[in-house]
Amino acid sequence: MSVRFADLPRRLVSLTIDGRAVRVPEGTTLLEACRQEGIDTPTLCYVETLTPVNVCRVCVVEVEGARALVPACSRRAEAGMVVHTDSERVRLSRRMVLELLASSVDLSLAAPEVRAWMQRYGADASRMGPAAAPDGHHRDQAHPGHHRVGDGARAETVAQPVKVDNENYVRDYSRCILCYKCVGACGTDAQNTFAIAVAGRGFEARISTEHAVPLPDSACVYCGNCIAVCPTGALMFRSEHEMRQAGTWDESRQTVTTTICPYCGVGCNLELHVQDNTIVKVTSPLDHDVTRGNLCVKGRFGFEFVQRRTREG
Amino acid sequence: MASGRTTAAERAAVDAVLGPPSSGWTGGGRDRLDGHVAFGGRSARERRRWLLPALHAVQDRLGWISPGALDYICTRLTIPPAEAYAVVSFYALFATEPQAPVVVHLCDDIACRCQGAEALCAAAEARFGPAGGTGAGDGITWVRSPCLGQCERGPAALIQSAAQAGAAPWSAAVAPATLEGIAAGLAAGAPGPPPVGPLPPQAVDGATDRLRLLRRTGRVDPGQLDSYRAHGGYQALRRAIELGPQGVIQELKASGLVGRGGAAFPTAVKWEAVAANPVRPHYAVCNGDESEPGTFKDRVLMEQDPFAVVEALTIMGFACGAEQGHCYVRGEYPLAIARLRHAIDRARDRGLLGSDVMGHGFRFDIEVHRGAGAYIAGEETALFNSAEGKRAEPRNKPPFPAQAGLFGQPTVINNVETLLNVLEVLEQGGAAYAATGTPGSAGTRLFCVSGCVDRPGLYEFEFGATLRQVLDAAGGVRAGRPLRTVLLGGAAGSFVGPDQLDLPLTFEGARAAGATLGSGVVMVFDDGVDLTDIVRRIARFFRDESCGQCVPCRVGTVRQEELLTRIATGRARGSTADELALLTDLGAAMRDASICGLGQTASTAVESAARLGLIATGGGGGGS
Repeated sequence: MSVRFADLPRRLVSLTIDGRAVRVPEGTTLLEACRQEGIDTPTLCYVETLTPVNVCRVCVVEVEGARALVPACSRRAEAGMVVHTDSERVRLSRRMVLELLASSVDLSLAAPEVRAWMQRYGADASRMGPAAAPDGHHRDQAHPGHHRVGDGARAETVAQPVKVDNENYVRDYSRCILCYKCVGACGTDAQNTFAIAVAGRGFEARISTEHAVPLPDSACVYCGNCIAVCPTGALMFRSEHEMRQAGTWDESRQTVTTTICPYCGVGCNLELHVQDNTIVKVTSPLDHDVTRGNLCVKGRFGFEFVQRRTREG
Repeated sequence: MASGRTTAAERAAVDAVLGPPSSGWTGGGRDRLDGHVAFGGRSARERRRWLLPALHAVQDRLGWISPGALDYICTRLTIPPAEAYAVVSFYALFATEPQAPVVVHLCDDIACRCQGAEALCAAAEARFGPAGGTGAGDGITWVRSPCLGQCERGPAALIQSAAQAGAAPWSAAVAPATLEGIAAGLAAGAPGPPPVGPLPPQAVDGATDRLRLLRRTGRVDPGQLDSYRAHGGYQALRRAIELGPQGVIQELKASGLVGRGGAAFPTAVKWEAVAANPVRPHYAVCNGDESEPGTFKDRVLMEQDPFAVVEALTIMGFACGAEQGHCYVRGEYPLAIARLRHAIDRARDRGLLGSDVMGHGFRFDIEVHRGAGAYIAGEETALFNSAEGKRAEPRNKPPFPAQAGLFGQPTVINNVETLLNVLEVLEQGGAAYAATGTPGSAGTRLFCVSGCVDRPGLYEFEFGATLRQVLDAAGGVRAGRPLRTVLLGGAAGSFVGPDQLDLPLTFEGARAAGATLGSGVVMVFDDGVDLTDIVRRIARFFRDESCGQCVPCRVGTVRQEELLTRIATGRARGSTADELALLTDLGAAMRDASICGLGQTASTAVESAARLGLIATGGGGGGS
């Protein structure tokens, strides 16, 4: 964990979570309080290094006296709150959120916990019907407030071709759950580049550059900090994407070597993922003091020189 | 930015709103000092709020927003292009692809469906080609639109005309709309303001002197401040100044006034919370973004009695310690926007707005914001985002507007009808106001009566009137046909059966019946209406208007529409009971886990229709 300087002492607030009396410092979120108590709470759009946007709604909990459920990731604990994290309402909402996502998005590369949550809450995406084939109507051109009405026999999805428009990483938005993390990482939470934002609205909302231009024509600086926070594999190193396409990607044959980036004096930690003596991707630990998971284009993608084995012109 | 050059016309349109660029940093000529001056930070961020006005300027003039135009706006306002595109692609009245210079929006929403909207759409398709065409022939295209708020005289149309051949751009509603009427409107160019009224009869028991909120509409000249004053205007502000800010809030407390937007929250509580907040500045906001299908009351008030809105908002600012008022009006109401702006200018001329209101030393002014086609912008926190130049995505609450609202400042917000009630409270006194209506619902209520009734229109009743009384006032079901059902409260409300005609239309009465008054919609359906089609249109509405932020609403509204389509076309998966069980689960998750009221109520009407057996299973087997 990162070093924390001593804050002013914070008052403790007492609340009840699932019948247990809990005391947490003022300002603690319900999610942090649940984690402190060892209550496993599913999250998709939450990550410690970004401002919570509470859009996935899978972390909802029931607070007595509140009309609707509340997102644990951003709701702060208040004195006297009575919270239920496993009530019938909570279980149904979490199950439905997972079913709705699984029926519209390709979750096959999401973290293994997602499958475990689906099992825990009995989520069965097939209730929504077989997935519809992409209708050829390009999501990037959707006009807000209008959509084609289908026959309902198949469940509409966000399936679409993978966007491969640069050497460094690919964007497979058929895996995108619209968690806003990449937008936060590209924006004020980390990089302040603002190359992408959520465009369109409703089911046609999508992560997009201006006018959906390819990344090389956008403001993207290829720091890859969006890849680092993507929870579903929608953003992926091109090397990984191509190896997966070719069927050669095999994490069991990969080793991870931790090192320090050689390019400048900041000292970012790099984790080199190596398969068959070749670097296939680079990450940085989220809990590292220096990087908080973030890197620049050189640290993230500038590893070719390590393995360039032939001398060229 | 990848593509596109800014044309001279695009620059001129933007500069007309923002003024000429001041330096090379913001799109102007490069000055040798430019390299020595930093542009950015707070001053750049504060320009963000001009994004929607600049986009409107380009859309109005050119008929669409090209990459080059967006690029220039971004340069002028220091906004990242991806963020500006995110905003422009959110709103239905902005186009990011070239389109015909004249776009006719035809309402095919639930009220207009009872008035021949589909026939009009079919005629438009025969005349102008498929919806959304480029208007290759005559420069005209048409698109379907959600409710345009002209439900008492449907089917409705909204014409957006870009600047052509030297003529200024214009936008106007046509209702009731016929192809001939639209063609005539187009031939005439920008139509003048339609005559005041005629509003349908709104008499309560035949006694027009008992009208409160509507007593000036149709009688006062909406363009003349003197006419408004002759009808008792600005008495309430005078009274407010006598009472002082605390006194106004005490009167509101005594009156028992609650919000008329749908949530029925006590007005005095909101006002008091903002007035007491030590953080400055405060903002006073009037929500004129009514977009609930079937609702047109705020449009009538803003169009016919705009000075009353200005006066009420001034009182709100006075009581809550705000020096700046904001009035956000949906983009589909060009006439209301024009009349409000006119009224604000006249009030400013006469010292009723400005640095010394009524000579009593308090400062207040009002800015009108024009929406751009998004139902969700009527949600209060989404409205703040929209007024700040962002996507109209609702914020998570808390914090509530009284703590952090518009521009992050303490903000008091009410809709138009609620604000006009404030005038009544001050003129009658809080206690006298509380004595009207019922113990649980003080005052009068506007009902937007539409659908299959003899005289659709806006009706004002003292709280306590029953559904039957409202229907009778509107002449009953059209052509004497049997009543099938009434949609109470709009698309986010619920259907009630003919057995509930004696339901008192009060907050407590509706609540007891498991219904809601919502925005005052009373939409009547006779036995000839295809209710399955109506329910599917409601589902389509929510799917189209969801902002897409949270999963339950973004995907849930899609699944709800698919499910209804299956039932309606006889392709139910499993039995109809299985489908209805899934509908119940979807509804529960949307109600419990959505961020805002849109998702939370997206299944209310659909589920109530299912309970009443209004959804017919289509032929073709599959159902049970």
